[in-house]
Amino acid sequence: MDGIADMGGSQGWGRVRPPRPDEPVFAEAWQGRAFALTLLSIRVSGQNIDAFRHAQERLDRVAYLDDGYFGRWLNASELLLTDSAILAPGAIDARARNLRAEDVDEPPIPEPDKPDYAPAGPGSLRTVDSAPRFAVGERVRAKDMSPQGHTRLPGYARGHTGVVERIQPAAVLPDTNAEFLGENPQYVYTVRFESRELWGADAEPFVLTVEMFESYLETT
Amino acid sequence: MTTSGSEGRLPAALRTEALEQLLTERGLINPAAMDRLVSDYETNVGPLNGAKVVARAWTDPQYRQRLLEDGTAAIKELGFSGRQGEHIVVVENTPTTHNVVVCTLCSCYPWPVLGLPPSWYKDPAYRSRMVCEPRTVLSEMGLELAGDVQIIVRDSTSEVRWMVLPERPAGTGHLTEEELVPLVSREAMVGVGKVEAP
Repeated sequence: MDGIADMGGSQGWGRVRPPRPDEPVFAEAWQGRAFALTLLSIRVSGQNIDAFRHAQERLDRVAYLDDGYFGRWLNASELLLTDSAILAPGAIDARARNLRAEDVDEPPIPEPDKPDYAPAGPGSLRTVDSAPRFAVGERVRAKDMSPQGHTRLPGYARGHTGVVERIQPAAVLPDTNAEFLGENPQYVYTVRFESRELWGADAEPFVLTVEMFESYLETT
Repeated sequence: MTTSGSEGRLPAALRTEALEQLLTERGLINPAAMDRLVSDYETNVGPLNGAKVVARAWTDPQYRQRLLEDGTAAIKELGFSGRQGEHIVVVENTPTTHNVVVCTLCSCYPWPVLGLPPSWYKDPAYRSRMVCEPRTVLSEMGLELAGDVQIIVRDSTSEVRWMVLPERPAGTGHLTEEELVPLVSREAMVGVGKVEAP
C-alpha cells in the first residue's frame, strides 16, 4: 500500500532526535502493556506478523502517528482483533469510557471469524526447491508497481535499477501471507542501489541496500 | 475506525487498559504472560547482548569470522536468539566503509541483540531521511564521517535483520573482553555512532 507507513524519502518530518543513553524501554507503563498485548493479539486473532504490519499500513495518519510507536501497535492490534471478530468494532472505546466512569453500552461479543489459515512452518524462513532466479552481481530492476494490498517494496525503490549484493534465505512472501492468500515462499535478495539512481544527480553520494523478494524484481 | 477521529479521541493508556481487560476477562490472554514479556524486554533483551557479541568478536578472530559468515549462528553461541532474530546478518564498519541500519516501512530491528528500538529509530524523521541523506542525518546525530568514507544504508524490508560490528577504537588493546563490553553503545551497533575509547 502507498500509505503513511511507507516513509522512505518523504519530507517534512524535521530533524532527527538525538540518542539518549538513559532512554527507558517503555517510557510509560501503558507502552509495555500495549507491546505485550500486541504480541498476544496476533496469536489470539489467528493472524500473523505480516497481517500485523499490513494493519499498521491501513491506519490513518492520526491512528498511525498521534500516540507514537506503541499507539500504532495498539491500533493495529484492534484492527486484527476486529477483523477476526474477537472484538466488535468500538468495543475498546466503549470499555475505555466505562473505565473512566461514563456509562455507555458495550457492543455484544461477536462470533469469532478467524482466517482459515495455518503456517507451513515456524517463522518466515522456508526451503524452496528451485534455484535463485538472479545471481550475485546481476543488475536487476525493482518493478514499478503500486499494489492495493500489503507490500514490502518501498515506493522510493520502485522502477529503479540496482545490483544483487547477496542472496538471502527464501522466506514467506508478506504480500500474500498478510492476507492469508498463501505463503508463496521465494528467495530474498539484498539489492544495492546508488543514491543518484534513487534520488537524482544532486543526491549525497552513498549506496543503499533493500531486501527484495524475488517477485519484486525483473531483469533489466 | 473509532480511533481515527481527533474529536473525543481517548488516551492510549486508557484504551490499552480497556483492551487488556476485554481479553483477560474472556480468558483469551493471561496477564502474567504479559508481565513476563514486559519484564523480559525491560531487563534481559537489550543492547548489552549485542555489546557482548561485539566484544567477543574484537577479542576472538575465529568468532569474528563466524559472526560475519553466519551472524544468527554465532550470536546464538552466546545464547541470544528469538523474536525478530530469525536471520541476522552482521556487517563490519571499517575506516573506509560505514554501514547504517534503518527500517523505512515500520521499525524492524534485531531484538535478540539490541532489544526494542529506541525512540529515534522509530521516529518518522529517521525513517524518512536516512535513505536519502544519510550523511546529513548522521551529522545531526553527532557523527561526522570523513568525505571519503563510503556509506552503506541498510533498509530492513524483509525478515533479514542487520547488525553493525563497529570498529574497535584505538588505544583499547590492553582491555579484556569484559572491559570492552560497556564501551559498546547501541548507536554504534546500528551505525549512527562509533565506539569511543574510555
